[in-house]
Formats: sequence, C-alpha cells, structure tokens
Amino acid sequence: MPITEQPRHLLSRYDVTIVGAGPAGLAAAVGARDQGAERILLVDRDPDPGGILLQCIHSGFGLHTFKQDVTGPEYAHLALEQVVERDIDVLTNTYVTDVSRELRVKLMSPDTGVSTLDTGSLVIATGARERTRAAIKIPGRRPAGVMTAGLAQKMVNLHGYLPGRRAVILGSGDIGLIMARRLTLEGVEVLGVFELLPYASGLGRNVVQCLHDYDIPLHLSTTVVDIHGHQRVEKVTVAPVDEDRIPQLDKAWDLDCDTLLLSIGLIPDAELARQLELSLDPRTGGPVVSSTMETSMPGVFSAGNNLHVNDLADWVSQEASVAGAAAGDVALGRHRARQDVTVTPGRNVTYVVPHTLSTERSQTVSFRVKAPIYGDTKLQLGDAYTRKVRAVVPPEMATIKVSPKLLDGFAGDTLRVDAIPAEEEER
Amino acid sequence: MSQDRVRDVLIIGGGAVGATLARALSRFHLDVALLEWQAEVAFGVSKANSGIVHSAMHASPDTLKGKLEYPGNLGWRRLQDELGFGLNNVGEVLVALDDEQLVKIEQIRQQGIRKGIPGTQAWTAERTLDAQPNLTRDVKGAVWAPTACVFNPYEAVMLVADAARRNGVTIAEEQRVVAIDPRDLDDPDAPLTVRTETDVWRARFVINAAGLFADDIAELAGVRDFQILPRKGEEYLLDKRLSGIVTSIIFPCPSPVSKGTLVNPTVDGTIMVGPTAQTIDDKFDTSTTEEGAAQVFTNARKLVPTISERDIIAEFAGLRPVSDTEDFIVGPTERRGFLNAAGIQSPGLTGAPALAELLVDLLADEGLELEEKTDWDPTAPHPVKFAQLSTEDQQALARRDPRFAQLVCRCEIITEAEIRDAMDRGARTLDGLKFRTRAGMGRCQGGFCTWGCMALLAEHQGIPMPEVTKRGSGSWIVCDRDDHPVTTARIGG
Repeated sequence: MPITEQPRHLLSRYDVTIVGAGPAGLAAAVGARDQGAERILLVDRDPDPGGILLQCIHSGFGLHTFKQDVTGPEYAHLALEQVVERDIDVLTNTYVTDVSRELRVKLMSPDTGVSTLDTGSLVIATGARERTRAAIKIPGRRPAGVMTAGLAQKMVNLHGYLPGRRAVILGSGDIGLIMARRLTLEGVEVLGVFELLPYASGLGRNVVQCLHDYDIPLHLSTTVVDIHGHQRVEKVTVAPVDEDRIPQLDKAWDLDCDTLLLSIGLIPDAELARQLELSLDPRTGGPVVSSTMETSMPGVFSAGNNLHVNDLADWVSQEASVAGAAAGDVALGRHRARQDVTVTPGRNVTYVVPHTLSTERSQTVSFRVKAPIYGDTKLQLGDAYTRKVRAVVPPEMATIKVSPKLLDGFAGDTLRVDAIPAEEEER
Repeated sequence: MSQDRVRDVLIIGGGAVGATLARALSRFHLDVALLEWQAEVAFGVSKANSGIVHSAMHASPDTLKGKLEYPGNLGWRRLQDELGFGLNNVGEVLVALDDEQLVKIEQIRQQGIRKGIPGTQAWTAERTLDAQPNLTRDVKGAVWAPTACVFNPYEAVMLVADAARRNGVTIAEEQRVVAIDPRDLDDPDAPLTVRTETDVWRARFVINAAGLFADDIAELAGVRDFQILPRKGEEYLLDKRLSGIVTSIIFPCPSPVSKGTLVNPTVDGTIMVGPTAQTIDDKFDTSTTEEGAAQVFTNARKLVPTISERDIIAEFAGLRPVSDTEDFIVGPTERRGFLNAAGIQSPGLTGAPALAELLVDLLADEGLELEEKTDWDPTAPHPVKFAQLSTEDQQALARRDPRFAQLVCRCEIITEAEIRDAMDRGARTLDGLKFRTRAGMGRCQGGFCTWGCMALLAEHQGIPMPEVTKRGSGSWIVCDRDDHPVTTARIGG
C-alpha cells in the first residue's frame, strides 16, 4: 500500500480542502488536481486513507470505474494510487472539527496539533453513518451484543474478532447481507435476516450471493419487536408486520441468539453541512446541490454518501470527480456553469440528485424509486427525455445522462423525474 | 482475600448516597471501604434518571426527603465547585395549564418559600412565553424557581467516588454481598462480617446504601422491616439540534403520585423528555416500551407542542428505589452497627450530599470517633472537557500532550487524553467511559468510537479484547475466532 507521507507543515491557505479520504474524497482530489488546482489538502480521520472501503473485503467493486472486479481495499488502493501520482497532500489521523462560513477550517491531529487554515473551496466527503437502534426505537433491554452491521464488519474484517456466536440480522441493507455471508464463513451461526419491508433493501445480487448461496433465510415483512438479556443478548422476539407495518404480536416468535446486527440504513453525515447552515434535502438527508455538486453555499461541495447514499462506490467516484473538478474551478476563479433547470422527484421517485441542471454541460441525474416495478418501466425527465428500462427497484439507483442538447429549450423550467410502468398512460 | 482488617465503616452501595457518604467520611481519620456490586460506581439508580438537582420547593418539609432537599441542592453546588463535574443552573419553570393548576403551583411556591428557597417568582402567561417561547400557547402561568440545576448524576457520582478514593477510601467493584454473619452472642461489640462472592469484609459499622436492593441487604442483616418497590421511569434523549427549544427544566403541575413528564435541557446540550412512573416487581427490568414512549411524548407535547418522537437519539429506563413508607429510611437498626440509608427515591439524588452529612452525625451518635484529617483535600483535578475549550486552550493542551489532539469519539469530540484520564479515575468498561466522557453518546451511538475505546480499555487493564465488557461480567462485546466466548457468571436476575 503506497501510504503517503504526512505533510510536515500545513499551509495557511489551500485552494481546495477535501474532508474525508474514502472513494469520494480520493476522486475529488484527483478531479481538483486535473482541473489545475495546486494546493490541495485531503484530510481523513482514520490512520489510513480509503474510508469504509478498507473494511469491505468482498469483491464487486470497480467494474465501472476501473473496469475490473476488485475488493474494497483494492479499490481504495487504485484510487489512492491516482492521488499519490499527483503528489497531493494527504493528512490522515486528522479530524476536521469546524468549518466557518468564511471557509476557515479547524482540524486536530496528534502530528500537527490543533490548527486552522483557510481554503478557497471545500469538498465535504464525510460519508454516511449507520442508523442505530435508537433511530427505530426497538423496545426492550439494552444488553451488549446489539450493534450496527458496519461496526461488526470492522471488528471482523479489520481486527479479527467475532461479534458473537449466534446472530440475528435486522434489516436487509447491503452491509447486513454482506455480513450475513461473512459471519457464516467465519463460523458464526446466522439465524436469519429480518426485513420490515416486503422486499430486500440491498442489491439483488447480494441477496443471491450472500443469502441464497448460503441457505440463510430472509424473512420479509418481519421485524424485531423485543430484545432480551441483562448483560449480553440472550434472545430476540420477531414478528411479522401487516400492510401498515404494524407488528402482529400474536404471531411473534423467539430466537435464541447472542448478537443482533442492525442493517437498517445509512444517513448522510450532515455535521459540517449543519455547521455551515447549508440547505438540506429532507429526502436524502444531504445538501441541496447544483449539477457540479456545489451546495447552497458558494465554494462548498458535497460528494459521495455525504450527498446521498449510493449503492456502488463506482458511482461515488464518478460524482465526486465532478465535484472535485468544480471545486478546483471555483478556487481558481473560473466561470461557473449556469444552473438554469430545476429537477424534482415526480411519480414513484423518492429523491433526485443533483437538484439543478445546467444547459451548459453534461451531467448525470441520479434517483431512487419508491416502489419496485418488475417489468418494463418508463423513466422520464419532464418532456426532455424518456427511456425504457426492464425494471426498477428501490435498492438500485437509477440514472439518466443529460447532455446540454437534451435540455435545449428548457432553461428556466422545472423538470419532473418519473419512473412508471411503461404501459401506464400519461397523466 | 479473607481480611482480618477491621474497617471503621463499610458502605454497601456505590450510588449517590454511598459515594457522597464515602467522600464525607474521607475527611476523618477512618478506615472506610465502599462495596459496589456492579462493574463501576453509579451503574445503578444513579445512572438512569432525569439528572436534576431539584429546586427544592416540591417535597413537603414534614418529610425527611423534604428536609434534606435544599441542603442537598447546596451540597451538589459545593461538590461541583470542588470536583468540576458539569452542572448547569438552568432553573425550573413549573407550568399551569388551567386555573386549578394555577392555584396548585402557587401552593408549591409558598411551600418553597417556607423551606427557605430563594428567588421564586409567580409568572404570568406572557412572562412565561417570553422566557420559554416554545411552550404551548395554552399556558396560564408558571412558577419560576432559579435554584434548579441539571447535571449528569453518573459523572458527578463517579467523580465524588474518585475524590473519596484520593483521600484514602477503598472503592471495591464487583463485590456482591451474599451474606452478613449473625451477631456474635458472646461478644456484642464484635465487628460485623460481610461476605461477598469473592471476599470477606469486617467493619464496626455497615451502611446499607444498596438502592434497589436495600431490602435484600437488610434481610441479610436480619433487620428487614421495609420493602423496596421499584418504580420505573423511561427517558428519551433528543437530537442536539433541538438544543435551546427549552432553556430551563419545564415541569407540568404535579399529580399526587409523580412530578409528571418533564422537558429539560441536559448539561450536554441535548433535550430530555420523561420520565414515566410505573411500579413494577422486577428489579432488573430497565426495558423501554412503546407505551412508555407514547405516554412520554403525548405528555411532553402538552408542554412543548413541537416535540417529536422522530428526534429521539437515545432512550433508557431507570428504577426508583421507592420504599413502602414513601419516605427515606435512614438510621440505626436493631442490629448494632448496621445503619440504613434506604428508600432514597426522588428527590433522593438531590438530597444525597445532605443525607451523607446526616449519616456522619448518626454514626457519631452511635459511637464513631470523628477526628478531622489535616491533609484532607476537598478538591481534585477537574476533568478536561476538550470540546468545550477555546481554540487557544485546545492548542496549548495539544502542544503539551499530543493525545489531546487524537480524536476517539467524533460525535462528541472526545480525545484520547480524556479517555485515559477517565480510566485513571476508575473507568473499567465501555459504559464507564461513556458515562464519564460521553464517548459513544452522540448521534452515531458508538459506531465510530467503540473499537477505539475498547482498544484503550484492553491496553490499560492489560487484558485481551474479548475480556473488555460493556458493563462488567457477562457483557462481553467480541469473542475470538477460535474459542468460545468467555462465559462468566451473570450479574443479577
């Protein structure tokens, strides 16, 4: 691993400062450098760059970005190589505690102490955090042995310890599915994955490769309603839910286990966004951004899971590279692309990112659907564009590539993104 | 470890009462030990409650709890000054929502005045909304009591126990009392013998400050004449961004059985709502329930309509050690040398420092000689709260010790140096670190810092990771790939 040397002295001013050296931060740094930015600082709180990729030792990464199927650490390695080649300052073991609206950044690290610096532009690439037990209010006791799937993944994959011997997994998010397989391989008995919704929350390929291939049961429309045990989890009670997601307690059953892993979703880490009072999209939990991922505050960009929770690291890299390049442009005082088209979620769409588009550049609109459609589906961007796809499901992000030509004549308009069955009539 | 050493005083229970008493006794030339059955002090009743030093106007001056309330309030402020735990003098707003309640809250205010509580005011609706604009428009008036404070009782009790230890008191954890030997009929002055699962302790005086289990301990001493009836209270902590929605402790007009559901700022800047009040028979049942949450939020919204369950970041339940007399049970018993400090229900936490002084007097009455030390140190180095310092102070600390710039908990900005200090002061478990430093209490609820905290605990105690626990014996967090998890005796139930 080409671990970079820590810069010994921090400059008092950088062109572009990037917070977080996961897939988003690494790609943003490369984007900014290739756009001509000189003084770039990439900061990460962990001892090594790579972010959560480092604990994702399974394969399935990189097919789009690097045209090869690699593991998370390998993906991080490939992305970091590009950063190292460009001689970009990477400061690890460093935490950004505050950013002021004047773009003064305060950071702390045992190597450089507590310091402040100014930056021309800022890319927030701090990723997401896992939703916890409190977020879904599971009643019952609070013994040891209840943890998020991501924390368990860190313990197993980075440190070589197991979270327990008999595990129940609540939530079928990708991390939970991946961990069901990982724990099984490590000799842990996985009693099942329980999902409140009538469909899996993770990617279809993960349901097949992580659950079906290992005979791990997936219980849809079922949830955990009680946790038992004084000091350590001793059992959990699960129950099916009705159409309104109300648990049917008369049909509940108990599972003897010592571990409950939670894979109940990710939330963009909006700490810095809140400090900077950026406009947030309540649907994504991340900032409202332009087609270059610039937030409501000029010079501040957001990328990766900090902007919206992606299904693939590859998409994160692509989006963050746009953000980094634009952050470089802004720091160098170049022209900003006009943001003259607004996009908004329409029928069967949960959210759309970015929130505005430009008639001056090419861009990608990413969105997620509310309900699955298992058949021919029409994706449309207002009257500007329509495409047919085979199916759409909420766990898999859908995208529409939008060229300036496509937006010709729509300047000033608001375009609605719809994902509807192909045979449905226009309304 | 069978001991021939005869202690002057043995305190059973490391909660607010036991710790403040230990610290009060540390002023004198005495051999004092405190036994806590859990992994750390303050892990019982003192850990899970509303965290309020009460204004002292609520409890009747005809009861012992009412008498100790205001001196206890002043006692906590003095301890805060000496030991440096967080304590915010936010005051109390006691709200009336109809004319009948207006009469009732004024009666409470008059009771406070009779008890010598300074500074109370009767507020009009307008004045109330001016001070607390997010209160319901239905407010008819309020009583303002500036004496009420918020604090983290576990942090305070842990630092008080640490101060006692610094002044020579033995603090022994995971010492569950299983027997107290019968009195020696041949020698009525013989010391009492207290047996735990692992050790034997002998002492001239034994103080029963065992909280929820005080009736069980009295039973072991052969003098049980009361019963502890646990009364559960569920509490809900809300996201920090609601900070400021109320700036004082908001009380509803109380019912005969409870002070009701409060909405209060915590000393850490979050908002807490609760508690419920439900008498149960299981002393280990600290489960939260859907009905409890519904009740708390329904009641809280009557005071502050915009409060929502969506903002919950953490929840817990605590048990109040209510005695069947509904008042404190304090003093000597038929068993010579065995004194009770039992049934310490609300406002017991508030009264604890005053109760400790009362117990010192009672021990003197029973024949304990009190000779003051000349080298007693009432103060202790205050724990650093890095996140609350100015940038300049942070920089100076980090230059002195780089571990002040090594982040461990990112939500609350807790540094390695703070974690190490907490371990030096007695933190042995993940919960112990959390309650002392707030590491793991923020939005991500330990997702980021759990591993870092575990690594520091393992290093500090020289133990492998599978022996690091959440809250003591049986609460292991990880196990080895090859071995089966460490199985140890379960605490309690």
